[in-house]
Amino acid sequence: MKCPDSLEKTSTYIKKIQASTENLAEVREFVSKHASDHGFSKKNISDIRLAVDEACTNIIKHAYNYDKSKVVSIELEFNNNQLIVVLSDYGIGFNPDSYEKPNIPEQIKLKKRGGMGVHLIRNLMDKVVYQKSDGKNILYMKKNRN
Amino acid sequence: MKNFKIDHRTNNGFEVLDLFGELDAHTASELEDALKQLISHKKSNIIVNFQQLEYIASAGLGVFMAYIEDVRSIGGDIKLTNMNDKVFNVFDLLGFPTLYDIMDDEASAIKKFLNEMS
Repeated sequence: MKCPDSLEKTSTYIKKIQASTENLAEVREFVSKHASDHGFSKKNISDIRLAVDEACTNIIKHAYNYDKSKVVSIELEFNNNQLIVVLSDYGIGFNPDSYEKPNIPEQIKLKKRGGMGVHLIRNLMDKVVYQKSDGKNILYMKKNRN
Repeated sequence: MKNFKIDHRTNNGFEVLDLFGELDAHTASELEDALKQLISHKKSNIIVNFQQLEYIASAGLGVFMAYIEDVRSIGGDIKLTNMNDKVFNVFDLLGFPTLYDIMDDEASAIKKFLNEMS
């Protein structure tokens, strides 16, 4: 059954940052504040905060190669039951579906880092979808309220 | 905004790094520098105390992955202590508890080091 419009209120918040890791703390604060204001549990806030941090880090490093002149857009859409985070950039495409679970013992031997962020994002969020259109990369990450 | 800090001290001859604040892709290089400095001085029995660390992202775990082999190859280890549940959860999701000694407190880490030496 479809809820009446009055019960399907959606709130949207947008933040844009320059592609530098020094802005990650500000992104975490933005996400935590709004998720808390919308009544998400501490555990859920902690999961969302880490997933958004990891996704932004990947964009800054891999899509934009630390080019501070580029912009990462973070959009939060809250409705009654869920939060949808929409991250967009115009850098090098990055499809999280193409990543396997990292083999940590093997990576330690080879002194290789990386690949862990995507694994965490998939574990922490309820759904993750990547789209690319007209040079724009869009990552949707959904977290259910319960 | 400065949101991360490391203090270095010794406890019963073991090197201890105390982490404070938030460890992410921006601040991970400070941890890397601290570990590199210890290793370059052949100090390889290292305890990292997470008591005051509120947050960690995978870049922080990456630092431990990059240096653990160096430390173990010179007969030492990096033991991790006093993590809060949120921080431990990140290590756990990536399977670190089977690869690293993650202990409740410094005393347990020292005891483990001493057992391994005897």
